[in-house]
Amino acid sequence: MKKKILAALMAAAMLLTGCSGGNSSQDSSASGSSSAESGTDSTAANSDIKVGFVYIGSINDGGYTQAHDKGRLAIEEQLGVETAYIENVEENVSAVTTAIDTLIEENGCNLIYTNSFGFMDGTVQMAKDYPDVKFAHCSGYQRADNMSTYFGKVYQARYLTGIVAGMKTEKNYIGYVAAKPIPEVIRGINAFTLGVQSVNPDAKVEVYFTNTWYDPTEEKNGALALLNKGVDVIAQHQDTTAPQVAAQEKGAYCIGYNFPTPDAAPDAYLTAACFDWATFYVDDCKRAIDGTWTSRAYWEGLSEHMTYIDTLTSLCAEGTQEKVDAAQAAIIDGTLEPFTGPLYDQDGTLKVEEGVKMTDDEIWNMDWYVQGVITSAQN
Amino acid sequence: MDFLNGFGLFLQTSIQCGTNILFAIVGGIICEKVGNTNLGIEGMMLMGASVGFMTACLTANPLLAVLFAGVAGLVGALIYAFITITLRGNQVVTGLVLTIFGTGVAGFIGNMQMSEGVTFSSQTVPTEVKSAFAAYEIPGLCEIPVIGKALFSQSIYVQLAIVVAVLAYFYMKKTRFGLNMRAVGENPGAADASGINVALYKYVHVLAGGFLCGIGGAYSSIASLSQWQENVTAGAGWIAVALVIFSTWNPLKAIMAAYLFGMLRGLKYEMQGWGVQISPQLIEMVPYIATIVVLIIITIRKKRENQPPKALGDPYFREER
Repeated sequence: MKKKILAALMAAAMLLTGCSGGNSSQDSSASGSSSAESGTDSTAANSDIKVGFVYIGSINDGGYTQAHDKGRLAIEEQLGVETAYIENVEENVSAVTTAIDTLIEENGCNLIYTNSFGFMDGTVQMAKDYPDVKFAHCSGYQRADNMSTYFGKVYQARYLTGIVAGMKTEKNYIGYVAAKPIPEVIRGINAFTLGVQSVNPDAKVEVYFTNTWYDPTEEKNGALALLNKGVDVIAQHQDTTAPQVAAQEKGAYCIGYNFPTPDAAPDAYLTAACFDWATFYVDDCKRAIDGTWTSRAYWEGLSEHMTYIDTLTSLCAEGTQEKVDAAQAAIIDGTLEPFTGPLYDQDGTLKVEEGVKMTDDEIWNMDWYVQGVITSAQN
Repeated sequence: MDFLNGFGLFLQTSIQCGTNILFAIVGGIICEKVGNTNLGIEGMMLMGASVGFMTACLTANPLLAVLFAGVAGLVGALIYAFITITLRGNQVVTGLVLTIFGTGVAGFIGNMQMSEGVTFSSQTVPTEVKSAFAAYEIPGLCEIPVIGKALFSQSIYVQLAIVVAVLAYFYMKKTRFGLNMRAVGENPGAADASGINVALYKYVHVLAGGFLCGIGGAYSSIASLSQWQENVTAGAGWIAVALVIFSTWNPLKAIMAAYLFGMLRGLKYEMQGWGVQISPQLIEMVPYIATIVVLIIITIRKKRENQPPKALGDPYFREER
């Protein structure tokens, strides 16, 4: 008898857990499906398209996935297209294919976006299985006839935030809390450092790797360790605002990432390097509606407002706004490419000749640090 | 001097980093000392972290926030206690379920709406709470080299953890209730025969353990980060489970274990600063390896005061004596 009661209780506990959504991994069925009632130009064609999103995080993680979800909401508002999403999907093939399958079979989606690098293999497989459905995968490199890739040139925005940090630092010593030494992160560190050096040639940028994308405690520790070493500005390539909180605690300044977070550390926040995913999602959906959708490799930056720098706060040094505006205008009209020679690596070896611009491919695969970056991590 | 100063700051960060774990280890010890293995620590911490955060946002009262965080952990522990003590269910399975359950509850609360269209996860704690838990300096004492910064320029929450651990030690070793409690964990049959209410002792201590775990979890959300992040404890509860053994069920050693772990986490960054090339994964392994080593040593040496409670993990059936 007792055993039976126990079993029933266990089952109840399991059920409760299942229902509570949250971040428990297998339970990604909490797919919110919402239709837009107020689509302004809702034509017949729009209702033929239903968009599904597969997210790595939760839609209010205060970072990466929340930034993507703003893009989803923009589609609903601007195009009157129905959307559905599945949150907290794990980065393995079976989790991804299950999620995509649910979106297609149960929610009737025919345009699928997957927002994490680790979703690549699963997306490729499903693109093969569903040739009539359109796919786009964020930050990867594999494409098919019905599968695009997309990402933002956030390094351009990082270059601008580098200018802000370079103007602000008094010790000429800036900290950078980074996730993992892979090209995406290294590219950001380098662009940021070049931005710093463009206004403050003597400044150094010290990088600590946390080895995780998302771990508030770990990120805060990394920032604190740098602050204890004496940096007076903290930048980050992490998904939470913990490094910003650390900067505020130590009376230093900080630069955010992904999307504006001025409230997390109001006494420290200078600006942030941000993505505007709506730019891509709206454009891509329009193409699907018009019937002009083709597989492509989308990688845009400031010029398309795919990435941007947040409004500078009043904590920024005087004259920063002008410098940022000038650099931004130059990047947009093409006269300034942050990765233009001469560029030296950490040992002082010339990597890019004077006047030579690195190609998109070289920038994408960057695996060395520019001079002025201090880090012991090998990639 | 520069080095000493740097070392003081390093200790300061390490102690902050070990604080949520210290609460959880002490909670875990109290629970295990009455013979209950509780793998639900992570779940109770997350419940405490989310409920504490919610309370902080709604009431702006730091005391209430900590209290409710503890109560949330206690409620989690109550589920566990009912199943393992009253129904005599399997402790390991129940603990695991509690962790999964707590993680879900915490995620759910984080996504709840505080007011129309505003979720808790988008909030930071009110300034009243923030300033209550901000680091403050004890004049004079904070000037002491190295430990001044580490101990006397901290949040009151951090210092509370040490006080709790010391109190738990005296309770366990120096009071009659503590003696009874240990008797229940060693040999519930004998305890029962000598007139100790075994079920009551188990309930009270499992719940008290849950209360501490809840408070520990809330340290991350309301004091350290001042905001809600999904899965904010990030596995601290599991490390606490290991460190309960590492500290050989002694709350004073728990202080050392927690801060040693905090130092390990900080060391990962210091070594990057020194340019030492050690894989960070290797450092992350250390607490677990250390636990295994301690397990091996206490099993070989069989020193009596270092042994796990004898009846740990066994449900108590009076009729089966």
